[in-house]
Amino acid sequence: MWRWLQNYPHFLERAYRLTHRLWVWLDPVVRWMGYRRVDGWLRPLEAISKRAVFDCQMCGQCVLHSTGMTCPMTCPKNLRNGPCGGVRSNGHCEVIPEMKCIWVEAYERSQQMPDFGQEMLLIQPPLNRQLDGSSAWINLLTQEDQKTPPGWISLQNIKIKK
Amino acid sequence: MLSHDSPFKSDGRLERVLRSGRFAVTAELNPPDSADPQEVYDAALVLSSVCDAINATDASGANCHMSSVAICALLTRAGYAPILQVSCRDRNRIAMQGDVLGAAAMGVCNVLCLTGDDVTVGDQPQAKRVFDLDSIQLLHTIKMMRDEGMFLSGRKLTVPPRLFLGAAANPFVPPYEWRPLRLAKKIAAGADFIQTQYCFDVPRLRQFMSRVRDLGLHEKAYILVGVGPLRSEKTAEFMRSKVPGVVIPDEVVERLHQTPGPRKREEGKRICIEIIQQVREMEGVAGVHVMAYRQEELVAEIIEEAGLLPRPQRTGFVSPETSRRPRK
Repeated sequence: MWRWLQNYPHFLERAYRLTHRLWVWLDPVVRWMGYRRVDGWLRPLEAISKRAVFDCQMCGQCVLHSTGMTCPMTCPKNLRNGPCGGVRSNGHCEVIPEMKCIWVEAYERSQQMPDFGQEMLLIQPPLNRQLDGSSAWINLLTQEDQKTPPGWISLQNIKIKK
Repeated sequence: MLSHDSPFKSDGRLERVLRSGRFAVTAELNPPDSADPQEVYDAALVLSSVCDAINATDASGANCHMSSVAICALLTRAGYAPILQVSCRDRNRIAMQGDVLGAAAMGVCNVLCLTGDDVTVGDQPQAKRVFDLDSIQLLHTIKMMRDEGMFLSGRKLTVPPRLFLGAAANPFVPPYEWRPLRLAKKIAAGADFIQTQYCFDVPRLRQFMSRVRDLGLHEKAYILVGVGPLRSEKTAEFMRSKVPGVVIPDEVVERLHQTPGPRKREEGKRICIEIIQQVREMEGVAGVHVMAYRQEELVAEIIEEAGLLPRPQRTGFVSPETSRRPRK
């Protein structure tokens, strides 16, 4: 198991930044091969690798770097904008008492992330449930994951005085 | 139309009381397990004269009761000012937008957007949990309906709802430092007022409020602190172990434990009044939200003894003549 890697959020955000750049640079090649076809190859690869580290649920709209390198879909309520009010006093989950609240972990990890830690304050739009199970890596290139419902006007990042 | 010349977002009493700078009082109505509307009216009767709005809970604690939309419909029919609670647990985005629109059509002026307690704590833990949207996404969706006059799909509404939007906050559970920031997110997403979880830990609230003031959030939304009486130390023990998100410090439980049997109820009420008086002194607290589960008869006494009566009636309302919309 590779879950221990999550406790090195700064390493992960650096890795994310690097691979993100490389991947976007490779976009013309992927487009030439066909997004649909590459999606088919990547799904199992992405599922195995991201599940091993993040317990990825393959929502197809990865926001790991904005949520303290902690997968928000592992929250039993699938909350993408922060913890619910049911967190126990010991920081554990309301639904699964033996599990630490993933948002408590996400907050702790975001504190060690100088590059993307502030993105915890972004307001995440509603999920596109049609992307469930598809490769977030391909959706990143096709920008399918950036699309919000037409009636959702995106919000600016919240400015916080330190 | 009214929405263009009114400085208010809703046509309700709660918004007017809060904007006028008065200390607001809201109270929770315990929803009946009955198809008889009289039970709703009976419960509302004791609350209406002592508070500015009545919260209609949406299967709180994931226990099935009469629906919040139906309670609100009954309440508006009888001239009361309800707050529609909408929880993301039971409905997807299509149902929630429809419910909000329907509630607004029935005269509901306030909506409280909640994540919702999980199905596992309720009486039907086998149920499927929905959580299609989270509370922040729901808030912003309703804000878009109100301000931009469209559904999430972008489809236009012929008449947008006029609503005062609320959100919940729980300053009493971890991650403590993140809680004020989550409040900031809720306000950015559209919250006009906030109702907190039960407050029994005043020092923790004080810490929270000081950070809230640093962030200037108390000037962007009205914060109502949740309070309620405890019947005995057994109730306290039950609530803190079984009701998600309720924190009761040992001192409070001990104080009830020390009190002899017949005076426990009175002592629980006393604690509640003391908390109201303490939070009232805090800068940035705009009101209290009284939740008296199975002790509705105490609500009026608490509000009266805390010195919060009389409640303002019909503050700053537009007369019905001028607000009437001409028929097409």
